[in-house]
Amino acid sequence: MTERWFDDAAGPVVRPYAMTRGRTRGASDEPLDLIALVLAEDERPTVPADAEKSEEAGSDGVEGQPTRAETEERFQYEHRLVPEHLDILRLCREELISVAELAAALDLPVGVVRVLLDDLLDVELVRVTRPVPPAELPDESVLREVIDGLRAL
Amino acid sequence: MVFGRARRARQNAPDPVALKVLVAGGFGVGKTTFVGAVSEIKPLRTEETLTEASVPHDSTAGVERKTTTTVAMDFGRITLSDSLVLYLFGTPGQDRFWFLWDELAQGALGAVVLADTRRLEDCFAAIDYFERRAIPFAVAVNCFDGAQSYPEETVRAALDLDAGVPLLLCDARRRESARDVLIAAVRMACSTTAISTSRADSRRRASQRSSGTPASRSRAARTVSSG
Repeated sequence: MTERWFDDAAGPVVRPYAMTRGRTRGASDEPLDLIALVLAEDERPTVPADAEKSEEAGSDGVEGQPTRAETEERFQYEHRLVPEHLDILRLCREELISVAELAAALDLPVGVVRVLLDDLLDVELVRVTRPVPPAELPDESVLREVIDGLRAL
Repeated sequence: MVFGRARRARQNAPDPVALKVLVAGGFGVGKTTFVGAVSEIKPLRTEETLTEASVPHDSTAGVERKTTTTVAMDFGRITLSDSLVLYLFGTPGQDRFWFLWDELAQGALGAVVLADTRRLEDCFAAIDYFERRAIPFAVAVNCFDGAQSYPEETVRAALDLDAGVPLLLCDARRRESARDVLIAAVRMACSTTAISTSRADSRRRASQRSSGTPASRSRAARTVSSG
């Protein structure tokens, strides 16, 4: 009885790379940098807010209002997304977030997150910043900003 | 697409900037404590391709098709402004994860090498690594309770540090202390980017030294531990 494994102790129910349908690398040649920042391309939540919904009701018919779950499902189907894709979109709308942080927040290996991000880049739902190598920083003002920011901690 | 309008609006603002500083040092020197003291720490695991270096340690007997290994790293974030974020990466302490360093080091602004005077030799590898790649760094001696303290010159000599490399005493548990060490590392980065020629110089020096230095460093370390 007590020997049985429960919850976390039993390990993940879904093997991480199942989410990527077995792919270990995405479409892009270069793996995304760990500190590349991921920005959601659209400001709107995947499900239109209630206010917007009533405004746009004319297009879809009033009675046939899709529920939140239905809209999400349709969005997911249209873009061939898995739930983790939606989690990523939600997280990068909440705050400025990097590839490494997404992996930490979703408790997924970085490799899995990279593949999922490649998918989202492919359908243009996210945009990724290319980290600037220190040698290519336009001027020292950024570094001074870092020092000032640290001093204020 | 439906979201076109939002996308155009976003393009007017300059992209936010992310920078990273590495926190290196031997196993158990206080890297996790340091990162946790000064930043919001996040658990990060990364699945890495097994290399020849790690194969002898991660036995793949019975799972010969296993080609990756999961590595946990210390990882922290300091939000400096709406558009500027500093990330800290604790480099894996075990020698077998050295292959991970190259990815982490790429594009790093600078580094902090944590040292423990009771086991000074543990940080030689990190110092050599950053010197060879001309990554600006500061050395911080983590002052453990009960560890004998040495004068700065003694530690500096034992580590064979260049005159320009900052050497600080710190308490990795204290936020202000860890912060000051980070500032020293970023200052170092400032002066290095300002005079890019000195980078080439230090790289040349590092490569000259790579043949003879390890011996002299370990000799010096023995002097410290016996004195």
